Amino acid sequence: MRKMFTLAALLASLDSSYSISHASDWNMPVGVSQVSRDVYGLHMIIFWICVVIGLIVFGVMFYSLYRYRRSKGAKAVQFHEHTTIEIVWTAIPFLILIAMAIPATATLKDMYDASESDYDVMITGHQWRWQYDYMGEDVTFFSNMSTPREQIAGTEEKGEHYLLEVDQPLVLPVDRKIRLLTTSADVIHSWWVPDLAVKKDAIPGFVNESWTRIEEPGIYRGQCAELCGKDHGFMPVVVHAMEQEQFDAWLAERKQEAAAEAGGVDREWALEELVERGEKVYATICASCHQAEGQGMPPTFPALAGNQTLMDDLDRHIDVVVNGVSGSAMAAFSGTLSPVDIAALITFERNAWGNDTGDAVQPADIQALVSP
Amino acid sequence: MAPKSPPKATLEHSQSASGSAAAHHVEERHYRSGPLRWLLTTNHKEIGSLYLIFSLSMFMIGGAMALIIRLELFQPGLQMVQPEFFNQMTTMHGLIMVFGAVMPGFVGLANWMIPLQVGAPDMALPRLNNFSFWLLPIAFTLLLSTLLMPGGGPNFGWTFYAPLSTTYAPPSTTFFIFALHMAGISSILGAINIIATILNLRAPGMRLMDMTLFVWTWLITAFLLIAVMPVLAGVITMMLLDINFGTSFFNAAGGGDPVLFQHLFWFFGHPEVYIMILPAFGIVSVIIPTFARKRLFGYASMVYATASIAILSFLVWAHHMFAVGLPLVAELFFMYTTMLIAVPTGVKVFNWITTLFRGEITFETPMLFALAFVVLFTIGGFSGLMLAIAPADFQYHDTYFVVAHFHYVLVPGAVFSIMAAVYYWLPKWTGHYPDERLGRWHFWLSVIGVNLLFFPMHFAGLAGMPRRIPDYALQFADFNMASSIGGFLFGFSQLLFIWVIVKCVRGGVKAPASAWEGATDLEWTVPSPAPLHTFETPPDLRGFKFH
Repeated sequence: MRKMFTLAALLASLDSSYSISHASDWNMPVGVSQVSRDVYGLHMIIFWICVVIGLIVFGVMFYSLYRYRRSKGAKAVQFHEHTTIEIVWTAIPFLILIAMAIPATATLKDMYDASESDYDVMITGHQWRWQYDYMGEDVTFFSNMSTPREQIAGTEEKGEHYLLEVDQPLVLPVDRKIRLLTTSADVIHSWWVPDLAVKKDAIPGFVNESWTRIEEPGIYRGQCAELCGKDHGFMPVVVHAMEQEQFDAWLAERKQEAAAEAGGVDREWALEELVERGEKVYATICASCHQAEGQGMPPTFPALAGNQTLMDDLDRHIDVVVNGVSGSAMAAFSGTLSPVDIAALITFERNAWGNDTGDAVQPADIQALVSP
Repeated sequence: MAPKSPPKATLEHSQSASGSAAAHHVEERHYRSGPLRWLLTTNHKEIGSLYLIFSLSMFMIGGAMALIIRLELFQPGLQMVQPEFFNQMTTMHGLIMVFGAVMPGFVGLANWMIPLQVGAPDMALPRLNNFSFWLLPIAFTLLLSTLLMPGGGPNFGWTFYAPLSTTYAPPSTTFFIFALHMAGISSILGAINIIATILNLRAPGMRLMDMTLFVWTWLITAFLLIAVMPVLAGVITMMLLDINFGTSFFNAAGGGDPVLFQHLFWFFGHPEVYIMILPAFGIVSVIIPTFARKRLFGYASMVYATASIAILSFLVWAHHMFAVGLPLVAELFFMYTTMLIAVPTGVKVFNWITTLFRGEITFETPMLFALAFVVLFTIGGFSGLMLAIAPADFQYHDTYFVVAHFHYVLVPGAVFSIMAAVYYWLPKWTGHYPDERLGRWHFWLSVIGVNLLFFPMHFAGLAGMPRRIPDYALQFADFNMASSIGGFLFGFSQLLFIWVIVKCVRGGVKAPASAWEGATDLEWTVPSPAPLHTFETPPDLRGFKFH
């Protein structure tokens, strides 16, 4: 097995010596963890095995096609069935496969051992954003794609990290074992960062486990890998790996922000204040389905602008946002948005696009509803 | 395999017994004319033609959808379509190509050729045959009509994973389920018919191990169909209940299990992909010996390899689910069984190549397609072997590497084999040879187009491009542009294919009964074009030495 990896490393170095550009433009990235390097090694071994078999098989084939053409006067020699040859060409592939299965099994076992982690992060997939929860640290936030829609539409020049940039990346310390717990709030997503060789489906009702230990500080980009609806192509994953001290400072800062946020629940909010905040929440969370002008995409995503059923019934409106609509694509937001954000959002929706109800929903009321 | 030189006496016997030309004439006068004739026909050749025409039409419609996809992916950014419509196109493209183009294509070939290759007068159950065909146009009209319904058509991928395809699906999903049920019933009935024909209507003296490999592979495929289509029917019925009757089979919030959907789907889905390749193995195993003028190297080992692949196909389904979080033991089990498939598949490839070795090879169009099949299918097999390695699959899974893999086995694999079969049997069907020069153009344009289309996808996938996305990061731009150019080249080359077929039906160089010099199977003993009724009295092959 050790030999296999040495061989892989040798072949890998061969590969990088003649590749035209940076390896990951053409090939699987080597990545920044021991697991990702092992996976790359397996990939290169099996690749070269295929190349060698291919050269032999196609070599014989094209030789035959060239040598035994009728136009060159070839005459068919009738022979068939040769037990020895048939046993040999069944046994040799079998032996190659066994040799291949041994290192693959070792790597897989390693990938499945998520025990003794230093940090646990719960990753929740939402249509179409990721939520990261640093378990036991009281820090949780959403990570939305930050590429402007203008760049996608082509009215603005595309940036360097087009479609692979987010407002808030997942921040992790290097050289620590991070256990990643993936789940979903709606449909199945898949959390994937090629440089970490981690891809795990985020499935509603399940919590999947994987882990990584990043060895180099840096920014690593990936994407949702499982078709999850309309904006599946627009929910990138960005991991920012940093040294422990920086990470600690970052975590402390996030905790302070969270504490400050919690304080906002108790006070009385003005209508304008709520609308202003709600507009931002709407743009990041709701606009992908209900659209920027609240026109929706009927019949799947109903319009909010001029939606009399909701505007005439404040309690129903709150209920829909807090608890979702069972059996539809409308998720319950009580677990994912703060009471302040929910109050602001509902207030915004009731005062935008001609919905002039003048209602101001107070965060304290939502708080009372969510955790009575 | 089948007779090296047709048993003369038998042939005359069958010809005279099937009636003189006059008798034929009298009989055929009873046929209706016009569309009703095609609606009511129970003749295996006419139904075979209907299947093939249907398959070709679906191939063009599914292909047009692929071109919309490639047009959008030509450049980064959204230019042509919006993501909702893009998802409908990827879904419909997959469904139509799998259930509308490839499967009916093979069933059409089976209808035409199985009775001719086993010396049967028709399929065993002719009326059932008519019904199983006519379900298809109805099913696919319904499926296509969902694109015009409010909320659009299916947009959850051809694998329709729940809950995206249930709770979060457009309202038209119920129609999609109904369409798929009909296509499934059609497949089951077709498979029953094929098994009944092969097991009951073989000419006297033809044992199972005397059959052509095309018949053999179809016999095995038909058993696969009967085994797995009901599983598909079950899983879509569970979806139907989840959507319309408040059950929670796949809804976690109601205590259901979204992963159960994937297990059921792939228990159908993996044998399904072999349903789309085993008949291709059969076709290539018939064509290569013909143009190498040499017996297939290992007839028996080909049969056993096909059967092994079919059995293994039931034991590998979860390799499509390596990333869903299976337990380690399950992951290892499915990795090992999947790797094992390489062994019988290798046996097949080695057999084809050994058949070429020391042959007397000519390169007519059917042979060109069959040879391209061997090379390009093998490339798809290699990437399949790579995908079997579970730790590496975490990187490959749901990327363009997978898209490249299954298109290599399906397009220059299954589709090329169907094209090879069409070129090979057109003389039997029409009485004319297809235009060799146009055929070569069609071949070379297709082979260049298909590689330009699918080869760069390997690189895009390895570099990190997920599948089923309408827009992509800038580092994938070059690969996608190349793929799109290849896609258009391949797509438009198929117009040439249609032209070759139309031209061949209308006229061309007359083909004799035995149209290819090296061809030895039973279908080449009947005149070209094959009369409406053949082998009304079975040819007597008792005592005939097949091998």
